This record gives sequence, C-alpha cells and structure tokens, in this order.
Amino acid sequence: MEYRSRVPLQAVLLVLLTVFGVNRACSAEAQPDLGTVVAGLATTNFKDKQAAVDRLVQLRSDSARAVLAAMLDGNLYFRREDNKVFIATAGDTTLALTDPVTAKAAGTGNPDDFSKITTNNSLRKILKSALAGFALSDPDARVRLAAVNEMLRSMDGDNAAILRERLKTETDGEVKKALEAGLALADLEDTDPEKRLAAIKQLESSLSPDVYNRLTTLTTRNDDGTYVEPDERVRVAAVKGVSYIDSWRRFYASIETLFFGLSLGSVLVLAAIGLAITFGVMGVINMAHGELMMLGAYTTYVIQQAMPAQIGLSVLIAIPLAFLVSGAVGVLIERGVVRFLYGRPLETLLATFGISLILQQIVRDVFTANNRPVETPAWMAGSWQINEALSITYNRLYVVLFMMLVFGILLVVLNKTSLGLKVRAVAQNRSMAKAMGVRTEWVDALTFGLGSGIAGVAGVALSQLTNVGPNLGQQYIIDSFMVVVFGGVANLWGTLIGGMSLGVVNQVLEPFAGAVLAKIFVLIALILFIQRRPRGLFPQKGRAAEG
Amino acid sequence: MNQSPVSSPLLKIMLADRGTQIFLVLLAVLTIAVPLLHTLPESSALGVSGYTMTLIGKYLTYALLAIAVDLVWGYCGILSLGHAAFFALGGYAMGMYLMRQIGTRGVYGDPILPDFMVFLNWKELPWFWSGFDMFWFAALMVIVVPGLLALIFGWLAFRSRVTGVYLSIITQALTYALMLAFFRNDMGFGGNNGLTDFKDILGVSINAPGTRVTLFIASCLALALGYLACRYITVSRAGRVVQAIRDAEMRTRFLGYRVETYKLWIFAFSAVLAGIAGALYVPQVGIINPSEFQPINSIEVVIWVAVGGRGTLYGAVAGALLVNYAKSYFTAALPEFWLYALGALFITVTLFLPRGVTGVGAKSASKAAPAKAVTA
Amino acid sequence: MNAATAIRQGWKKVFGTGAASERPPPGDTSHGTILYLEDISVSFDGFKALNALTLYIDVGELRCIIGPNGAGKTTMMDVITGKTRPDKGSAWFGITTDLLTLTEPEIAVAGIGRKFQKPTVFEQHSVLENLELAVAGDKTVWPTLSTGLNPTQRERIDEVMTTIQLQDRRDMRAGMLSHGQKQWLEIGMLLMQDPQLLLVDEPVAGMTPQEVERTAELLLSLAGKHSVVVVEHDMNFVRSIAKKVTVLHEGHVLAEGSMDEVQADPKVKEVYLGE
Repeated sequence: MEYRSRVPLQAVLLVLLTVFGVNRACSAEAQPDLGTVVAGLATTNFKDKQAAVDRLVQLRSDSARAVLAAMLDGNLYFRREDNKVFIATAGDTTLALTDPVTAKAAGTGNPDDFSKITTNNSLRKILKSALAGFALSDPDARVRLAAVNEMLRSMDGDNAAILRERLKTETDGEVKKALEAGLALADLEDTDPEKRLAAIKQLESSLSPDVYNRLTTLTTRNDDGTYVEPDERVRVAAVKGVSYIDSWRRFYASIETLFFGLSLGSVLVLAAIGLAITFGVMGVINMAHGELMMLGAYTTYVIQQAMPAQIGLSVLIAIPLAFLVSGAVGVLIERGVVRFLYGRPLETLLATFGISLILQQIVRDVFTANNRPVETPAWMAGSWQINEALSITYNRLYVVLFMMLVFGILLVVLNKTSLGLKVRAVAQNRSMAKAMGVRTEWVDALTFGLGSGIAGVAGVALSQLTNVGPNLGQQYIIDSFMVVVFGGVANLWGTLIGGMSLGVVNQVLEPFAGAVLAKIFVLIALILFIQRRPRGLFPQKGRAAEG
Repeated sequence: MNQSPVSSPLLKIMLADRGTQIFLVLLAVLTIAVPLLHTLPESSALGVSGYTMTLIGKYLTYALLAIAVDLVWGYCGILSLGHAAFFALGGYAMGMYLMRQIGTRGVYGDPILPDFMVFLNWKELPWFWSGFDMFWFAALMVIVVPGLLALIFGWLAFRSRVTGVYLSIITQALTYALMLAFFRNDMGFGGNNGLTDFKDILGVSINAPGTRVTLFIASCLALALGYLACRYITVSRAGRVVQAIRDAEMRTRFLGYRVETYKLWIFAFSAVLAGIAGALYVPQVGIINPSEFQPINSIEVVIWVAVGGRGTLYGAVAGALLVNYAKSYFTAALPEFWLYALGALFITVTLFLPRGVTGVGAKSASKAAPAKAVTA
Repeated sequence: MNAATAIRQGWKKVFGTGAASERPPPGDTSHGTILYLEDISVSFDGFKALNALTLYIDVGELRCIIGPNGAGKTTMMDVITGKTRPDKGSAWFGITTDLLTLTEPEIAVAGIGRKFQKPTVFEQHSVLENLELAVAGDKTVWPTLSTGLNPTQRERIDEVMTTIQLQDRRDMRAGMLSHGQKQWLEIGMLLMQDPQLLLVDEPVAGMTPQEVERTAELLLSLAGKHSVVVVEHDMNFVRSIAKKVTVLHEGHVLAEGSMDEVQADPKVKEVYLGE
C-alpha cells in the first residue's frame, strides 16, 4: 500500500520499517524536500494550500509538524515580495520570524510586508487530525490517547490507516482500546458486511457515547423506510450490541448511584454520629446539633477569609479548629443548660432547641443572613474519570474518605482510650460508674464536647458541599435524627449502617420519584420501620435497655 | 384536684378548679366585650379595630391548638412535635372549601378550577377536591382528616411502643414529610403559595365586618367547648388512667389497661381539636400554605404550653396568648431580637419554670397569672 | 358472619372497646393447679436468664421463691405477666389460658396481679385514685370515660383501704407516702384487681420490722383465697410465711420443698449460701 512508503522519518516507525525494509529504498526517492513543500503554502487558493498541507503531513517530520501547528494557530505568514514562508509571532509592531525549515530565528519583519496564511474550517479539521497523527507517537500515553480521540472525530481512510499502523506498536492498554474502538467504528463504514459484523462484535465492549450513537443509528430506518443498514445480520448484531452496551451502561449507572448514595450517606453519618454519641451515652437529644455543624462551616469560612491565598491549607486547618470551636460551645451548652436536665430528655430537647435559635440568630447578626461563599481547594475540584460511563467527583470521594477517617478515629477514641472506657461505662450504668470513681460530670461534659466537636468537623465537610448560611443546621437535623433512630443508639456501627442505607435508598429512589418524593418515601418508610424495630437496627438488649 | 373525684358529680368537678373558673369567666367577657367594643369607632379610647379583633381571634385558635398539645403532653406524656401538622390539615380542609367558594371571581374566572390549577394547565378537579364546595363536607373533613391521620400514625407508633424522644422525633418527621409533600405543585394544594384570595364563607363576604365578628365568636366558642371537653376527659376515670400512663406506663399496663388504646384515642382527639383550630384560623388570616407544616411551628406550640404550665389546660391558653402577643410585639418592634427572646424562653422555662407561669402564679396568688395572661 | 366476627375482633384488638365477656376467661383451675410453667428459656444476648424452667403453682398456695441475684426471678415474673416472651417453653394459667398468646393487660384482666420489685404507685394520684385505677371492672376507654364507679366497686375500695390501713390517707398524694406505705398501697392495688394469682416481688424491702410483720400477716391472710407467689431476699421473712420454697439458680429450679428441707439441701448450700 502506498501510504506505507511515505512515513519513514518517525523514529518509532523507522523501527517498524526495518522489518519492511524493501519499501524503504523505493520510498527515499519519492521524498520531497521540506522547503519545497512549505513554499507551496504561500498561496491564497485553499485547494493549493490543502494539497501542500497533505504533502506536509506525508513528510511526518517534527519541522513539518511545527509548520502545521503554526498554521493552525494562525502564526504562519509568507513574505509578499518573495513568497517565502515564515513562522511568525506578532509583537506590538513587528513580527518575530522563524525559518520553518531550519527552525532558526530569522530576525523581525514589518507586518505590512507579510500575508497570513489563512485557514478555513475544512482545512482546520485536516490540520487538527494531522497534528493528532503526529501526537500518536508522543511518548506520553495521555497525549496519545487525546490524539486518538481527536482523530476519531474525523475518520477517513487515511486516518484509519495511520491508526491501524499505530495499533501494531501501541503498548499502552487504554490507547490500544481507543484505537481498536476507533478502527472498528471506521470498519462500520466498510462495504463488506462481514467486516461490519466483526466491527460490531468489537465495539460491544466500548462505552463511548460515539460508539453507542453510531450503533443505534444502524438500527434505525431512513426517511424512505429503508433501513440505514442494509444487511439484516448486521442489524441484528447492532441491536444486540446496543442492548449489551445498555446493560453495561446501566451497571455503571447503578454503581454511580450507589456511590452517590454512599457519599450522601457519608454526609448523613458525619452529621448524625455526634448526635448518636450524645444521645446514646447521655440520653440527651441535642436539637442544637445542626447549629454546631453550622458553626463548623462558618469556622471554615472565617479561616479562608484569614488566608485567602491558601485555600487548600485553610480547609485542613479548619478541621481541628472547627472541632475546637463547636466542641467548646458544646461544653458550654452542657455545663450551662443540659446538666440541669439529666433524666428529663423531653425538657432537654426543648432547651437545646432554644439554644439552636439563639445560635442561628448570633450567626445572622455576625455574618448577615446571606449565604457565605466557601471556596473549594483545587485538589477537591474535578472528577475521576474511571471509564466513559463512570466518573466520580473528587469532593464526593473525599467526603466518603473523610467520613471513614472520622469514624475510625472515633472508634479508636471510644474503644481504646481511657476516656472511651469511661464514656462507655457511664453509658451502660451511670450510678455504677460513679460508684467506681468515674467523674461522671466530667465525662458528661467531655462526651458532649466530643459529640459537638464532631458536629463542627461535619460542618467543615458540609461547607465544601452546600451553601453556608444560618439555616445550614436545620436542613440536616431531621435527617440526622432519622439516622440515629434508624441505626439505634447503642453503637457507632448502627449509625454508620443507618446513614449509609438512608443515603443509598434516597439516591436509588430519586430517579423514579424525584428528590422531594424520595425524601418523603424515606421518611414514611422510617416511620413504618420504627414500629417494627422501635429501638433501631441495633438495639441495646436485656435488662439495662428497659430502664 | 384535691376534691374527691370518685364521689362528686362530674360537672361540679369540671368547674371546681379555680383556674378553669377564671378562664371561663375571662373568655366569656372577651367573647362579649370585643365584638361590642368593635362597634365603637376606632378612634375612641376603648375601640377595638377589626384588625385587633381578628388578631385576638387568631390567638384564640392558637390557644385551642395549645390545649390540644397540653392534653397529649401534659396529661399523657406524649411530646408531640407534629401537632402543627394537624392544625394545618384542618386549615387546608377549610381553605379548600373557601377556594371553591371563589367560583368565577378568580383571576382566570374558571367556575370550577381554582386559579392555581388553571395556571398548572389542569383540566379537571382532582378527586380529592370534590365535595369541598359543600360546607358540611369541608367541616366533616376538618375533623376526619387530622383524626384519621392521627389514628393511623398513632396506631403504628403506640402499638410498637415507640415512646419518649423517639416518638417526638418521628412526629417531627411526620410534619416534615407533609411539608415537603404540600410544597409540591402536583400534590394539588397550591404548592408553596398555598390557598389564598378567599372571597366568601357560607355565602357572605369573608371580609365583611359581620363575618369577622362571627368568626371571632366562633373561635371563642370553639375554645370554650374544646376546653370543657378536655377538662371532662381529664377529670373522668379515663383521664386518671391517662395520667397514670404518663407517670408509670408499665404499672398501668399491669393493672389491665390497654395503654396503646388510651394513647391512641387521646392522640386522635387532640389531633381533631388541632384540626378545628386550624379551620378557624384560616378564614381569619386569609391564607394557608405549607410553611404551617414547618417542624419549628410544632415545637413552638410546645413552648407555649411549657410557658403557661403544662397539665392544667388553662396554662396552655395563657402560654399561647402570652408568647404570641410577645411574638407580635417583638417581630414588629425588634425583629432581630425575637429569636433571642424565644430561644431564651425555651431555656429559662425548662430550667427554672417547670410548671410554667401559671404554676408560679398558683403558688403566690392563684388568680393573678391567668388573669394577666388573658388580658395580655 | 365470619367476616363480621373477624372485623369485630380486629376492632377490639386495635381499639380495645369490646364487651367484657369477650376478654380472656380467668384461668380454669379445676385441676388444682393455677400456673403451669414448662421448659421455659429466655436469653438476652447469649446470657440465659431462664434455662428450661419448670414450675407449677397450686390453687390457694403461698409459694416463696428465693435465689441469688441473676437467678431469673424477675425474668420469670416478666414471662408470666407477658412483659417478656420466652424463646421456648409454655406458660398456662389454669388449663385453658395460654399466657404466651396474651398481652400484659389481657393477662392482668384474666386474673394475674403483679407487684414490682421497686414499689410502683402513681405518685401524682391520691391514694384513693390509685385504688380506683386498680379496681376490677371494664377497663376499656369508653366505660372509663363515661361512667363512674358502681357502689360495689366503691365498697371494695373502702374494704381494701381498711385492709392496707390507709383510710386516713385516702386523699393524700401517693408520692407523699412512706416507703412501707407505698408497698402496701401497691399490694392494695393488687387486691383491687381481685386476681386469682398474685406475684409479689420483694414486698418487705425497706420496711421496718413492725411493717414486715404486718405484711407477713397480710400475705398469709391472702393465701387460700388467692394463690400467691412471693419473691424475697429476706430469709427470716420467707421462713415466717413459707410453707413451700423454690430455689432458683441460673434460670432453673435448683430445689423445692419446705424451708428446712431447702436449707439442708447440699446443692443449695453450695450455690446459694456460698459454701
């Protein structure tokens, strides 16, 4: 085939061509000189320009590539007096010239003496795909992948040939896959039905929307009622292929839903876990819990204001600070109000609700009622593209990881430290713990502080996901209670499983029912669940629970 | 309460309580005096404007709601944080009747469909709107809808012995779910705008002075009757069973009482009272929208009762009037101060006034507290 | 007809306003035994509170049950009164009433009264009201809402009031009573229920010696008319009233017999007296 003889200069292909050494000899003669080809560009006739571009592409040298790139960027000029072509960058008044053949600086020139070698749409398309062809041999696999995708956008025989060639030497798995998919797509246009069939077989494993659309087209009819694809076997194969791809896409969509659910669940767990601690250990319903989260979110905002240049660092600093701020407020609440109300859970509920109103109003007075902008650090923006049907945004991923970290630390604190031991002792039998010399007052204050501090940490996470305003806490308080009620107060694992399942169920229902109805369903389901398991998924059992 | 309840005739007991006597006398005075003073010109010193009268009427419906909450919380120990939902449902039932009375006078002039349905391009009335053109049906629904919801919800909750804070939390979930539902346009209740622009009630203009006076007197009567009904229940043997459940549920069960059934009926009755209060509230304020379902509303009702003193009924009335008067005053005069005041109220009452203001009054001078409350 | 019955029964179950005759019949004791507990096991999180417990109580008997802490005494009472459902085993009241199918109130109405370990009276109610709440009769919502007490019930209250010697405190709040008086009031409430079987958990805890003595007299006077099961730690008290004693240990019966027999039993000595 002819094209094979025209591409000997690329280093990688050179290796290839030593195998087909026969061709090398005959191709050398046909090799035109770069200078001559470049000179062919100095025309205003687009047909001539295209011919010159084609020849440049066939040269496949780095210099040719530079010329093509300059042309695409509008940096290629010719001097009117001698039609000599230069790569030029426009300064204020002069053009800085570079000789395209030698790639050396060639002084400056007056813009009035030069004409830009202009491009039109079809030329630009050719240029792009040509440049992509060059990029195919870039050592960086990511550049190659981008190049393949670029070329797939304008498939023709030449491009297909280049890609096929590349496929033989490509070592990177992903690039290889993309190449195969692209070539198969090209094969779909082939006149041989067997080739088309084979192509469909190959394309089935692709998740690219291009492939999906192309295959779907094959199953449709033209306006005149005839099928787009004349061969029935191919049509059947295409239908099968579409449904196969569909099933994979559904699979990935459900993974995505699951992940969304888990990330929502993580938010719920973060919001609820502090509540579960104060409720489980002290039997205290803290209605101000949401506002403690709000304080954590505002702490993040304040720290960002203090160090606007270091957004990423500010979020990291905010985590311990929010813990301290909310924890301190929590200890204040416990010492000032809650401790007078032990054994009267309903009264505690009302008093802490009063506190929540006051905290909200304080925030309104200090920061106004408007939402405050909290910036997201660069490393949390963007998403992780796992494949063409599945991508995961980093902030959701981080929230899951962050929740697991907080959960793990809490587990360690409660199960491995002496504070944890005392907390559990008080939770199981307050008077016995007291008799054993545990300072229950002190444990209460610290427990409440711990629960509140976790709320503050949850607030930092929320500041990255939602608006930071005085009502932030209210939005989450009912959900957090639902998690605690669902999971039971006896242990942290209940909260984890409760929050995760609520998050997932919510996300699973959402596509069918819409966000609001999904939430309503979850609430109703919970009300029904409570009557099956009045003390949650993991109730405390035995005599102690009856008290 | 120190009367011998076992041997005395019931009516005597009902009225034997000093707080009840004061409450009924003051309510009677209010019922007669306000409409009379309303006939005076507004400029005169004693004149009561239509606005003030309607405002007091609104407070009285709040008082009825507070009694309903006191019945379940103060007497039965069920801290319902969802009673505003029953209030709002009663209000919606009345609002639907009032919407259908608008007829062709709406913006779009459709004889059957309320404006918001025309706006949503609905072609016919949803089934659950039929019948609401008749007052008797709407009045029935004011009772049936909250009552039925309370029966179903209560049956689920009490049967499985959900108690204490768990119950409080799921009542919050109930009202929250209803709020979300009513905010949806396709629920067919006007979305977040709710129901408003009422014209007529029972064939007369809702804004006519005579209608306003009638609504005011109806609120007074509903409050009086609701109070007496609750008082009857609380002094009956069943009332003592209910209080026994509050104090020692297990013991009551082992005496052979079906605790769940008692709770269920008292809860449902209380929900019906709340519904009636809502139905009287809507024509006086002229609007009902989903924000009435807000979880905070239900919690606020509880604080009225706590402020007044729970387990007395008249305390609930006093608390509702006091707190709402304070709210009206502060939100007008010092709006940013109101939440601080309300928050502080929650804290001080639970910490320092477990029996509420009437409880304090009852110790020093049993007359003073409720008297002050009602005139406020 | 069946559907109508089903609906009526469902209504009764849900709303509890059935007629008195539809309630479970009192235990049929024609065979001389009032309570049959057979092979009952209960476990909490792996801990066996009751382990294949078998126990029979005769009509009119006064039985004392002793045993170290955790022997399962309170759990046994929980099973009899419907508070705890056993994992296996059967519990019959008389020969016709299966206790495991009934709820707590149904069991109470069927004729089993229970006094808790910790005296539990309605502290906000007066002494009179406490007894009134306990009075035998229709305990569904509507009758208690619409009617007062009948003369027989009133007489019964006066009678019991005298028995428990609280006549001069009838209008006092029960919360104001002394510990011993609360114990009696609770026993009085049991009597008001007119039960066939009384379960009395630690009746003399915290009582003065005189009060203990009077309580012993009271319980002895009840035996014969009623069957009484007493759980008690106070050995002198048990000795003073018991004809037959059952020793529980680790959820099953260790020994049964007269106080002397039981105390002589080497197994009892080993586990109970710590020898």
